[in-house]
Amino acid sequence: MAIQFPIYLDHNSTTPMDPRVLEEMTPFFLNDFGNASSRNHAFGWAAEKGVDNARAQVASLIGASPKEIVWTSGATESNNLAIKGAAEMYASKGKHLISAIHEHKAVLDPIKRLQKQGYEVTWLEPGEDGIITAEQVQDAIRDDTVLVSLMWANNELGTINQIPEIGAVCKSKDVLLHTDATQWVGKMPTDVEAAGVDLLSATGHKFYGPKGCGFLYVRRRRPRVRLTALIDGGGHERGMRSGTLNVPGIVGVGAAAALCEAEMSDDAIRLGKLKKKLEDGITAKLDMAVINGHPTERLPHTTNISFPYVEGESLMMAIKEIAVSSGSACTSASLEPSYVLKALGLGDELAHSSIRFGMGRITTEEEIDYTIDKVVTNVQKLLDLSPLWEMVQEGIDINTVEWGAH
Amino acid sequence: MAYSEKVVDHYENPRNVGSFDKSDATVGTGVVGAPECGDVMKLQIKVNPETGVIEDAKFKTFGCGSAIASSSLATEWMKGKTLDEAEAIKNTDIVQELSLPPVKIHCSVLAEDAIKAAVHDYEEKAGIAH
Repeated sequence: MAIQFPIYLDHNSTTPMDPRVLEEMTPFFLNDFGNASSRNHAFGWAAEKGVDNARAQVASLIGASPKEIVWTSGATESNNLAIKGAAEMYASKGKHLISAIHEHKAVLDPIKRLQKQGYEVTWLEPGEDGIITAEQVQDAIRDDTVLVSLMWANNELGTINQIPEIGAVCKSKDVLLHTDATQWVGKMPTDVEAAGVDLLSATGHKFYGPKGCGFLYVRRRRPRVRLTALIDGGGHERGMRSGTLNVPGIVGVGAAAALCEAEMSDDAIRLGKLKKKLEDGITAKLDMAVINGHPTERLPHTTNISFPYVEGESLMMAIKEIAVSSGSACTSASLEPSYVLKALGLGDELAHSSIRFGMGRITTEEEIDYTIDKVVTNVQKLLDLSPLWEMVQEGIDINTVEWGAH
Repeated sequence: MAYSEKVVDHYENPRNVGSFDKSDATVGTGVVGAPECGDVMKLQIKVNPETGVIEDAKFKTFGCGSAIASSSLATEWMKGKTLDEAEAIKNTDIVQELSLPPVKIHCSVLAEDAIKAAVHDYEEKAGIAH
């Protein structure tokens, strides 16, 4: 099959919507346009039915009850609601929170805001493998700890935290566990009961659903978790999230969840093979390349590879027909290297040249073959251009060189 | 970010990539920048001691496309110039030639610094007072 350019290998940023999902959504833009809160006519009933169905689909995907799903605008809102809502609701119990330095900004920033408001926070640091362990959480929990917020899988590395073990620790200490499962849900089997998760954030567009619609799982039994709402109004979603429901979006997220539940194990096997091929293909030809994060405890479709002595943005430019994300924040507004890679203790020169490859449902083996070839060729070209690589070849340790200030 | 055609051209076909023997008395070497800032440029010039004219120039750069293009352009411009003429190359000339956006101006500054560093290195070796 001929390759369609550009090649999309940035599925951790967003996924294309599955056409089958759009098909499910379309009627709810057109004929079934009712407000799901309109209880006294057929338009409202049709919309409500669509929402209820989607709620059941999403609940089934994560092993929850439909009543435990709160629709939101996406994972950022879900994280804000979970963290701020729980912190405020349980403030009388204590004001200590636990999280980690390499969480997504949508977790870091709400917690930092609470910190300014007088909450105390323990920021856990991962090892070189990028993983937070249950032991770390156990050691950090205090009498006044009310919430632990740790992502299930890391967005830049794909590394997987020990959520079920952490859940068990939290249960034993009577502390709530929130997990930002944005990268995890729809890709990996999820059971909030078995994992002991009390609050879980996810969003549809990371698993082939529409953008602008996500959900928060809020445990209703053992314990019944209560949250202070961020948005007040009509009392939708059991008072936790007011605002007219985004019915087509919700229907889409539900449909995407059902497809993932049916297909994710096949996807994971296929993408895991492609990931291995990509990693092996690159590291076989480029022995300076480093795969970041834990060697095995990673999502099947995500890999983050550092190319020392080669600068990230120039590599992105060389492979511009392949859509990837660079650890070098030259691509974003700041010139800072990725804080996630820094959290792993990588040197700056490593952090400046790392690329995240995120595969997905549309990724083909031909695309991976092409990517291996393109990356290898261009990294070799950039190594020939690199004064740092030249120094290393001459036996100079570039960490001991005194560099000028700039 | 969209790069100008000239940046893309220099990036895809960099001029004068390589190294001279830095112990050679006729060679001046300038290394500027730092890995943690994402840019390191090495610029080298080979000078005719009789005429003081730069006969050849080479570079190696760790950095973004604009940094590579700035140093590639610098080597082109330095060739055939006297040391004083080379030192007169301004970063703003590079910005204009490559149509660098504001966020990439530091690449041109680095290139200017590398030119000056290479010239000074040669002058120091040759015992030329400055």
